[in-house]
Amino acid sequence: MSNGSSGVWAGGQSPFAMNSKKLGMWLFLLSDALTFSAFLFAYSYVRVANENWPRPFDAHSIVLSSIMTLFLLSSSVTMVFAVNNSAAGNRKRAVQWLGATMLGGLAFIVLHSYEWAGLIAKGVTPFDNPWGVPLFGASFFSLTGLHMTHVTLGVIYLGVIAWGYGRSKYTAVDVEVSGLYWHFVDLVWMFIFPMVYLLSNQH
Amino acid sequence: MSSDSHHPSNAFYLKVWIALLVLTVVEIALAYTALSVGVMLVTLLGLSLVKTALIVAYFMHMRFERRSVFLTLIPATVICIALLAIFFPDSFRILELRP
Repeated sequence: MSNGSSGVWAGGQSPFAMNSKKLGMWLFLLSDALTFSAFLFAYSYVRVANENWPRPFDAHSIVLSSIMTLFLLSSSVTMVFAVNNSAAGNRKRAVQWLGATMLGGLAFIVLHSYEWAGLIAKGVTPFDNPWGVPLFGASFFSLTGLHMTHVTLGVIYLGVIAWGYGRSKYTAVDVEVSGLYWHFVDLVWMFIFPMVYLLSNQH
Repeated sequence: MSSDSHHPSNAFYLKVWIALLVLTVVEIALAYTALSVGVMLVTLLGLSLVKTALIVAYFMHMRFERRSVFLTLIPATVICIALLAIFFPDSFRILELRP
């Protein structure tokens, strides 16, 4: 494997031994990781640069966002089951697990919208909030909004894949690639949750 | 794919899921302690990095890909993300400069 021209790095013979759709998804996710990092850094930057950063997340918000985290983590494990079943050729089971994953995603969207509605009712908008430092609303909604967009598009993406895979239009590789996207959305939340919610806990 | 043969069982993935849940519970518990923001930030980020590693390695199958995939994709991205921190001293400076 490692002698001269036949080595992994010699080029010209699939050094990654990976389906090109999968590699394409990985490259997209890396660019997305940089985008989310920039948003997280921006949020942290304006937080440090402003002395009276609001801490609107009470116990109610923390419980709600913890349940949201539970739903996302659980939908990741159902996604793994979907990928495993599709790799084993169990089309029907794979589609069922994809459905379970979509339900987890939907639960996240509903809870997050409810949490947003509570904040909006308190007067938090992208441009203003009752505690001063308008940048709080701007950075909070752009960060969580970008993530919500990803979850929403992810649920639609999984729906398309489940529909097509159930009808044999798509293959197990397509399910695996959609899984990569879904796990990434989960992974990003593993940073937003502590950085935005837990670090601004009122207690 | 050649690496499919040594994919772990569903039971193994459930263990990873439980590990992720336990780490999350630890994070939530930490949010209710009286640690300073700096210590809390470092601890929470550390725990989140462990969770990320678990998700990437097992859920996203990175452990079962060729090492060349990992070496090509991950270190460069991590360095790029770390380089964003170059802006950070400015945010402290703004705080000092404010009248």
